[in-house]
Amino acid sequence: MKLLTHNMLTSHVKGVSKGYPLLIKATEVKVNEVDFNPKFVSRMIPKLEWGALVQAAEGLGHRQDLPGELVSDYEQNEDFLKKVHRILLEVEVMEGCLQCPESGREFPISKGIPNMLLNEDEV
Amino acid sequence: MAASNSRSCLQYLLHLAHDNLDFRLPEIKALLALRTKPFRPCENFKEKSPFWCLDGLCEDDVRSIMARSVCAKSAFELWGHGQTHSELKTSILNYPLENMSPFMHKNSTYRINVYTFNKTLQFADRIKRIDAMEYLPFEGTVSLKDPENIFCLLEDYGTDPNNIPEDPNYIYFGRWIADGQRELIRSHSVKNRHFIGNTSMDAGLSFLMANHAKVKENDLIFDPFVGTGSLLVACSHFGAYVCGTDIDYNTIHGKGRSSRKNQKWRGPDENIRANLRQYGTERMYLDVMVSDAAKPVWRKAALFDAIITDPPYGIRESTRKTGSHKDITKPPDGIYVESHVPVSQAYHLSDIFTDLLNFSAHHLVIGGRVVYWLPVYRPEYCEEMVPLHPCLRLISNCEQTLSSHTSRRLITMEKIKEPEELDSLAHLSDPRFSPYQGHNAFREKYFSGLNKRCGKEDNKSEVNGE
Repeated sequence: MKLLTHNMLTSHVKGVSKGYPLLIKATEVKVNEVDFNPKFVSRMIPKLEWGALVQAAEGLGHRQDLPGELVSDYEQNEDFLKKVHRILLEVEVMEGCLQCPESGREFPISKGIPNMLLNEDEV
Repeated sequence: MAASNSRSCLQYLLHLAHDNLDFRLPEIKALLALRTKPFRPCENFKEKSPFWCLDGLCEDDVRSIMARSVCAKSAFELWGHGQTHSELKTSILNYPLENMSPFMHKNSTYRINVYTFNKTLQFADRIKRIDAMEYLPFEGTVSLKDPENIFCLLEDYGTDPNNIPEDPNYIYFGRWIADGQRELIRSHSVKNRHFIGNTSMDAGLSFLMANHAKVKENDLIFDPFVGTGSLLVACSHFGAYVCGTDIDYNTIHGKGRSSRKNQKWRGPDENIRANLRQYGTERMYLDVMVSDAAKPVWRKAALFDAIITDPPYGIRESTRKTGSHKDITKPPDGIYVESHVPVSQAYHLSDIFTDLLNFSAHHLVIGGRVVYWLPVYRPEYCEEMVPLHPCLRLISNCEQTLSSHTSRRLITMEKIKEPEELDSLAHLSDPRFSPYQGHNAFREKYFSGLNKRCGKEDNKSEVNGE
């Protein structure tokens, strides 16, 4: 699971009102190189929950020196875009789980693929 | 500048493949819309004809359409046309010389092709056709192998193979500009794909869906019933980043029985990511997840530029969602083992479409498209059965026939406004959904036709069907 995906996910456990962001409990993290595409990164930044992204990157030890607040002129700042590219697309959680911050329900991640299915008594 | 002015009112000829006729116009319109160009056919436009003349475009527009289209075979700058060869000659001689001369000057090389639709010409007849065009002021030299400019004489003998006329109905002559992407149908064939399933979408239709959805570079695309990822393969080829979910753990992880004839189990690296790697687009892969389309996991925001999907109809794959009608017996300690597979229940087709449209209304960007297949029992089909949503405008609805009584329709809708509170409920009680209510509603009808055919009621059902 890449952190771009994580940034878009929320808990769907019944009755939960504050299900975002999901906590990442990783036991294996990999960095896979992906071609840098400044246009895509620039396009995604306005869609991101910046705070949640930096927090997730921090938790995995890949924050680099990214600021807690989004900088304003990021489209011209290639150095900044490269760092965002790294945490959006290159850092991948291979094993571990995602935890709902309110209910504590854990969703396992195995071979890089989260399993978000709820059990029959949870829907 | 003068040259560019006279070039701006050129006409272009598209030569289209004569299959999936219904799907061609929406494809070309969508590709033009990507360049914010309208579809402006010349007079006497016939949608079912393999030749379309278009107005109001420049050569770059045409090149960009051809870089994407799986319906169009080739495109030409139209130099002349007519019902007979003498009409064609008059038409070509009226074509502005300044438009022709850059491609006919002394040092250039060229070739003339002859193409006939619905008739095969002898080699000698082709040569005769070319020789008859000596009135064209070519100054360059012929090069059959590697010409700078290619010209084409196209003859249309109608669309009825049992009634081929002696002389063509219509003739065109033009300068070849580009070929379409028909080659993708072969190069991306499911036959040679690393990871497939029983219901993998064929390559041609996958690219067609991506085109109907106006997928473009740097888009973010989502497929909620991703299966083996055929649609993601097509979208990633056009430069979009892709993700998908499926309720089936084994499919997403590429485990279980193989869909191939001579192979019992899937190999260790049979998955969607490997499919993208096979075609050189792994960099466009975001993620796939095991997840239930009825219980979306995405935060409320306009995240996706397009949603493209082939929902299960319950014919070759079952329609399931998590949950149960029965009383649930929880394990005594309340903890399920790691390998627990949640009980699933029927997912009514009507709910699949309601959920899909509501999801699209919430998660598409404005102007983003949702493209999906709607199964249809043909004797009962009417346009009112296509599900609507107040936030989504119907763009196109194309039929692919599956059997005498069933077909599926490719529905394309575009998001026109953000949803308000009432919108999601507006159509839930709509009677148009009734044909899809009840579990396996479509499946029962699908197979009812097959069963009747074996019995005596064959004639009766056909009468009712009309």
